[in-house]
Amino acid sequence: MSDTEYHDLLEQLPGHSSRGRLERILRRGDFAVTAELNPPDSADPNEVYERAGIFDGWVDGINATDGSGANCHMSSVSICALLTRVGYAPVMQISCRDQNRIAIQGHVLGAAAMGVYNILCLTGDGVQAGDHPGAKPVFDLDSLSLLATIKQMRDENCFLSGRIITEPPRVFLGAAANPFAPPHDFRVTRLAKKIKAGAQFVQTQYCFDVPMLENYMNQVRDQGLDKECFILVGAGPLASAKTARWIRTNVPGIHIPDSVIKRLEGAADQKREGRNLCVEILQQLREMKGVSGVHVMAYRQEEWVAEIVERSGVLKGRKPWCKEINPGDYAAAEAMDALMHESS
Amino acid sequence: MSKNAVYEPAGKSPVGRRARSYTIRRWSVRHARGLEWFYDFFADILLNLHPLWKMIGYERAEAPVVILERAVKGFLFDCRMCGQCVLSSTGMSCPMNCPKTLRNGPCGGVRENGNCEVEPDMPCVWIEAWKGSVMMKNGARIENVQVPHDQSLRNTSSWLRATAERARERQQ
Repeated sequence: MSDTEYHDLLEQLPGHSSRGRLERILRRGDFAVTAELNPPDSADPNEVYERAGIFDGWVDGINATDGSGANCHMSSVSICALLTRVGYAPVMQISCRDQNRIAIQGHVLGAAAMGVYNILCLTGDGVQAGDHPGAKPVFDLDSLSLLATIKQMRDENCFLSGRIITEPPRVFLGAAANPFAPPHDFRVTRLAKKIKAGAQFVQTQYCFDVPMLENYMNQVRDQGLDKECFILVGAGPLASAKTARWIRTNVPGIHIPDSVIKRLEGAADQKREGRNLCVEILQQLREMKGVSGVHVMAYRQEEWVAEIVERSGVLKGRKPWCKEINPGDYAAAEAMDALMHESS
Repeated sequence: MSKNAVYEPAGKSPVGRRARSYTIRRWSVRHARGLEWFYDFFADILLNLHPLWKMIGYERAEAPVVILERAVKGFLFDCRMCGQCVLSSTGMSCPMNCPKTLRNGPCGGVRENGNCEVEPDMPCVWIEAWKGSVMMKNGARIENVQVPHDQSLRNTSSWLRATAERARERQQ
């Protein structure tokens, strides 16, 4: 692939929902890597740029989380505004916890206008999990009706109310999946349901239990779901056995087997062992049939993502990242030109 | 508030609901097949009473029917009177009892013991729903994608609404 293709504005290919690079890479059959940006508790844009910059050259998309863990941070839509401004390709996460259908649809239009091509639809953690347990949980939509809503906006050019949208949001739609939480026999059905509602890719919860994932993927492949949807499996380094134990009891929906904790405890440098484990898991995921990519969530260890991805070799020499020209910049420059012209 | 407070029993949870045993709700799920049969039977009776409802006027019948519906479904399912009942598609486990009011399946936060992320003492309503729907004749309805809940239907009778809709369909 030539450099120019990355630098030129990408066209929307036939059969694609967006102009985004992530969709392109997945549809082309390349193994994709996405990473999660740790949102700042700050109004300084440079903090966002620094946190995005460390992924440069190693990931195909940067997830902008929407108050993950029900903790308050800079909002996903504003992180996306900053990232698209300098030409990064974010995956905007929308959680149903904080906004009703009116706010969400407005944000979807705004995000697409800024050059966000990927949206991940989430239910969101309950407010009890975060730093504002007294907040009002909204949950006006759920992750599936959210997917269906944005799909309708994109494919039928109308809001949930039926009112017409003149330019639809051309976005690649994603959802979350958790193969590691009960009810295990219902999880694959739920994935099928999400695909029916509009999911084109899924990013899963952290995988620390490869055999359990294998079991899930067997069912997924039996139903042919891996052909209908790109599955990016979540992975990340654990900082220590103590952290692992804390996560297991305090963060909802993360399954960490005892063997992992034992292995970390037995290591001289637990932090390093956590990264080694992550690298090994990435390599196993790379070989697993039906897995289209990985989603690296290295919370507070973001600086290690590049090394982990490199050591794992999942990209097989492919160089994914380069900033793109933001189409919004063209539009803004042209509009400003026209205005200046008129006034002079 | 310390972070650990989140995982204390429901009675002390910041959301503030009270710990209970959920016995009747779970009984209903275990008897989902029977309740499904009964509801189909009951819905036909309501439909056959359509001329009566029309004579009284659906609006005027609403208030007393709401009282009855709330009492019956409140007892059996801990119904929250969302007015857009989907019990037949959710294994007779009311999804509005989910603290996130999810109408399309469980979130990713279900605990290893099958209990709710938000209410540690409560079995996840969607694990119950799955158990119930496996027993039901039309259990596959759980795979249908439910449209967003119409909040304006809250505290209205879904029995009457469903009856009026079926009556309209029958006429066409």
